[in-house]
Amino acid sequence: MNQLIKFKIDGKECMGEKGQNIVDAAKDNQIYIPTLCNIPGIKPRGACRICTVRVNGRLMTACTSPIAEGMEIESKSVDIENLRKAIIELLFTEGNHFCPSCERSGSCDLQALGYKYQMLIPRFKFQFTDRAVEASHPKLIKDHNRCILCKRCIRAIKDEKGRSLFAFGKRGHHVEINIDTKLSKDMTDEQALEATEICPVGAILKKERGFIEPIGQRKYDKQPIGSDIETLEH
Amino acid sequence: MSKTIVATTSLAGCFGCHMSFLDIDEKILDLIELVEFNKSPIDDIKNFTKMCDIGLVEGGCCNDENVHVLKDFRAHCKILVSVGECAIMGGLPALRNTVPLQECLEEAYLNGPSVAGNNESGIIPNDPELPVILNKVYPCHEVVRMDYHLPGCPPRAELIWDALYALVTGDPLKLPYEVVKFD
Amino acid sequence: MNKAIDAIIKKYHQDRTRLMDILIDTQDAFGFIHESAADQIAETLDISRVDLEQTISFYHFFSQKSRGKYTVYLNDSAVAHMHGRKEVAKAFEKEAGCKFGGVTDDGLIGLFNTSCIGMNDQEPAAIVNGTVFTRLTPFRVKEIIKDIRDGVQVEDMFRASYGDGNNSLELIKAVVNNNIMKKGPVLSSDYTSGEAIKKIITQGPNDVIEEVKTSNIRGRGGAGFPTGLKWDFCRKARGEKKYVFCNADEGEPGTFKDRVIMTERPRLLFEGMAVAAYAIGAEEGILYLRYEYKYLQRFLESILEEMRYNNLLGKNIGGKKGFNFDIRIQFGAGAYVCGEESALIESAEGKRGEPRDRPPFPVEKGYLEQPTIVNNVETLCSVVKVIINGGEWYKKFGTRESTGTKLLSVSGDCRYPGVYEVEWGFSITDILEMVGAEHVQAVQVGGPSGSCIGPNEFERILGYEDLATGGSMIIINNRRDILKDIVLNFTDFFIEESCGSCTPCRTLPVLMKDKLVKIIQNKGVMQDLMDIERWSGIMKANRCGLGHTALNPILSTLKNFRHLYLDKIQKEIEFDTGFRLEEAVKIGKLVTNRN
Repeated sequence: MNQLIKFKIDGKECMGEKGQNIVDAAKDNQIYIPTLCNIPGIKPRGACRICTVRVNGRLMTACTSPIAEGMEIESKSVDIENLRKAIIELLFTEGNHFCPSCERSGSCDLQALGYKYQMLIPRFKFQFTDRAVEASHPKLIKDHNRCILCKRCIRAIKDEKGRSLFAFGKRGHHVEINIDTKLSKDMTDEQALEATEICPVGAILKKERGFIEPIGQRKYDKQPIGSDIETLEH
Repeated sequence: MSKTIVATTSLAGCFGCHMSFLDIDEKILDLIELVEFNKSPIDDIKNFTKMCDIGLVEGGCCNDENVHVLKDFRAHCKILVSVGECAIMGGLPALRNTVPLQECLEEAYLNGPSVAGNNESGIIPNDPELPVILNKVYPCHEVVRMDYHLPGCPPRAELIWDALYALVTGDPLKLPYEVVKFD
Repeated sequence: MNKAIDAIIKKYHQDRTRLMDILIDTQDAFGFIHESAADQIAETLDISRVDLEQTISFYHFFSQKSRGKYTVYLNDSAVAHMHGRKEVAKAFEKEAGCKFGGVTDDGLIGLFNTSCIGMNDQEPAAIVNGTVFTRLTPFRVKEIIKDIRDGVQVEDMFRASYGDGNNSLELIKAVVNNNIMKKGPVLSSDYTSGEAIKKIITQGPNDVIEEVKTSNIRGRGGAGFPTGLKWDFCRKARGEKKYVFCNADEGEPGTFKDRVIMTERPRLLFEGMAVAAYAIGAEEGILYLRYEYKYLQRFLESILEEMRYNNLLGKNIGGKKGFNFDIRIQFGAGAYVCGEESALIESAEGKRGEPRDRPPFPVEKGYLEQPTIVNNVETLCSVVKVIINGGEWYKKFGTRESTGTKLLSVSGDCRYPGVYEVEWGFSITDILEMVGAEHVQAVQVGGPSGSCIGPNEFERILGYEDLATGGSMIIINNRRDILKDIVLNFTDFFIEESCGSCTPCRTLPVLMKDKLVKIIQNKGVMQDLMDIERWSGIMKANRCGLGHTALNPILSTLKNFRHLYLDKIQKEIEFDTGFRLEEAVKIGKLVTNRN
C-alpha cells in the first residue's frame, strides 16, 4: 500500500494514495471531475482542459497533476464550471457536430458533457470548418468533422513494436489526426473496435457497424456522464 | 385574461419539430385554452395580423426567404424560440456547409448521378420566384437575436409543451435530463 | 534506399531523438523532405510514417513538397509592414510571377511568409535559401530575382558591403547589422574568455550557485525566474545525467538581442553555459538555436572548436579534473512555441514542439527525462560577469528587485533602432529620448505577448516590479492605425504559432480575430467588446505561456486604448449578429446568374 495523503476537494475531506492524479483520487472519493482526453491507465496529456481545477489560485489540469498532502482543490465553483462549459462549446463550434446524424450520438462523451452543462446553444459562432471524411481505410472510417483532437487514439493505439498508428498533423487550428495507412493495413477487427471505443466521439468508426444500441438504451440516454462516480443532481 | 398569441414557422427544416409539437396529443385541448395562433402552418395564417407574444422557429436559414421570414418573426414576436437542432445549429441542411456552394449546386443539378445527362439546358434553377440560396446554412441566432432554445431532433413533445407552458404562465421551466437531447 | 539520406541518419547514430537534425539535413540537402526520404527515415528509425510526419508538419521550415530551388521567406512582422513590407511583397510577386504561399511554374522560386526573423531593426528582411537579406526595397527585390534567374548563388548576391562587427567575418558574411547602440556589462568588450572558468574551478559548485543567488539575477527571457534558485533545484534533483540548455529561440517578434550577443560575444555565452554546467553537475550542453539564425552556424561551431582547443570546453576544463563539459548546437525549424522551455526540450528530442504538462518541471525531469536547466542567452552571459566581478558588484546595477542590466531590442518608429544595454529602472520616457522617438502613440513592451502602453504610462519603469520584459520594444507613432497595423498582425501571429494542443488556445484566438475584424470594419457593437473581455478568461486554462498571452494584443489595447475600439463600434444598435444578407447571397446569385 502506498503512502496515504489527505486533501480537500471543494471543502470535502478526501484521502488518496501518493502519486495519484487528482482525477483518479477524486473518483476514489466519489467525486466526478469531467474529462475528455483522459484514459485510465494511459499517461495523461492534459489536451482538452475540461478537467481544469484551481489549486492555490492557479488553474491546472486534474488529469496531469498529482495530489499532495493538504492540497485544497476547487472544482465546482461557478467560474470553473463555466470555464468547462465554455471549452465544451468551443469544441462543438470548432468541428461539425451534427448529433442527429452521428452513430455515436447517445454514447458520445462530448455530447454527454453538453447535456451535463445544459448547453443549449454555444456562445461562440460555429466555424463550419472544412473537414474531410476518410473512408479509404479497410476497417475504419475517420470523420474529421467530429474529431476533438484529444489524442486518445494517438496515445492508446500502438502496434506490437510500440509504434503509433495515429498521429497529429500540422499545428494550431489546422491540427488534424492522421492514421498510418501502412501500419494499420492489417489491423484486426478487435483493434478496429478498440480504436472506435477509445474515441470519445464519433470520429473513428469501425466499418459495417453502427447504431447498435436503440435510442433510449444508449449510455447517456437516461444517466448523465459521471453518475457512475457521483450521484448528480439533475 | 386574453390568450397568449403564438406564431410558428418552419424555415430550413423538415417539419419534424412541428410534428413533434403535435405529439402532445390530448394536451392540444389544453393548449387551445391557453393560446391563440397567428401566423403558423397550424392554422394556415400566411401573414402576421398582429403582434405576437411567442414565435417558435423550426429550421435554420438556407436562403434569403428564410432570412426575411425570420426577421419578420423577430419584428412581430416579443419572444423568439429556436426549436430543434436545425434552428440551433443548422442541423442536417448545414451538412452542405463543408462543401463550397458552387460545387454543391453543380452536383445537385448538373453532375450528380441522378441528373447527369438529364439536364440538357445545363441550367441551375434560377427562376426569379425561387429564393436565392445562401453561402452557408446559418443557425437562427447567428442571423437575429433568439431568446430561447429547445434542443433535440426533434425536441421531445413534452419539452415543447413544458417550455411553451412555462413561457405562457411565467412558471419556471425545469428541464429534466431525459428531455434535453441533441438528437 | 538513398545513400545520402542513409549517411544523414548514420551521422546522428540512427537516434530518433536526433530527428530534428536528420530532417534539417535532409531538407537542406534536397530542398524538401520527399515521400521516399520520409519512408526511409521512418523505417530506419523504426517509427511510423504518421509519427514522423507529425514532427515534419509541425515546423514551418519543413516541407514535404518542393518550395522552389530558391525559397524566399519574407518576414511578416508588424514592424516589417511599418517599413514598406507591402511594396516589397508586391515586387516579389510581380518579379517572380507567383503569389506568396506558392512556387513558380518552373519550380525556380517559392515565396512564403514567415513570422519575425529577428531583424526588426533592419526591415523589411527575408531569408533566401538560408541567407538573410535586410532593408529590402522593391528595387532590391528586382535585382535579387534577376540574380536568381541568372543562376547566381545567394551568397554571391550581395551588392552592399557586409554588416558591422563580426558580420563581415569569412565564416558569417552577412549583410546583417548589429546596431549596438549602448553597451553595458554583457556587451562590454572588457572580457577575457576563460576568466570565469578560471575562477569557479577554485570553488565548489555550491559557491557558484550562492554567488548567482547573491546577484539576484532573474531569467532574461521574460518570465523572470531567479536563476540561482533554478540551478539549485537542478543541482539537488536526482538523475543519471544533467543538461544545460541555452534557449536561443528568440521568437518573440521584435527581439533580436540574442542574435547580436551570439554574433559579438559567443565566447561569453558558451562560458556561461560551462559555468552553469559546473554548478549543476552537467556534462552536456545544448544551444537551441532558431533556424532563422542558421547563417551563424559555421561561426559558432568555430568558436566551440576554439574553446575546446583552449581547454575551456571538453575534458578536465581549465585543468580541473572531472570538469567535463561540451556543447552542441541544436537547430529548431520555425516554431515560436519552442521558446517555451518544455516545448524546446520536446523539440530537441525530435518531437513536435508541444509544451509539456507540469509538474514535473524540467529541473526535475527535462531532456531525456533528466534534470535540465534552460536559460536564456542573456542570462548565461550575465552570469559570467557575476562570477568574475561578484554578486555584490552586479547588484549595483539596476533596482533592488531587478538587478543588473537588460538588453533591449528597439524597433519601429524611431531614429536609432538597435540593441541597447541599459540598467533596469529606466522609464519608457528615458528610453524614447534615447532612441530618438517622436510623436509616440504607443509602445509595445515585451513583444506581442507583452503589453501595449500609451503616453499616460510612459513614466513606468522597466523592471520585474513594474514592466517586466524580455526586451522587445516596438515604438508606434501617431500615424499608425493600432488596431489594423499592430493588433491584427499580432493576433494572426498567435493563431499561426499555436501548437494546437490545448482547446482554448487552438480555437479562441480565431474567434477573437473575427470579432476584431468586425470591429475594424466598423461593424462591431458594444456586445463584441463585452464578449472579448468575458471570454478572455478561458485562455487561463491553457497549458503554457503562449496560450496565456495569445490574446494580450487585443486585451492590452482594449484596456489601454479603449477609445480606439469605442470609436469604431456602432453606437445606434446594441446587438448585431454580424450576419449580412447581401454578403450571404453573393455566391448564390453568381452561380445562378441572378442579379
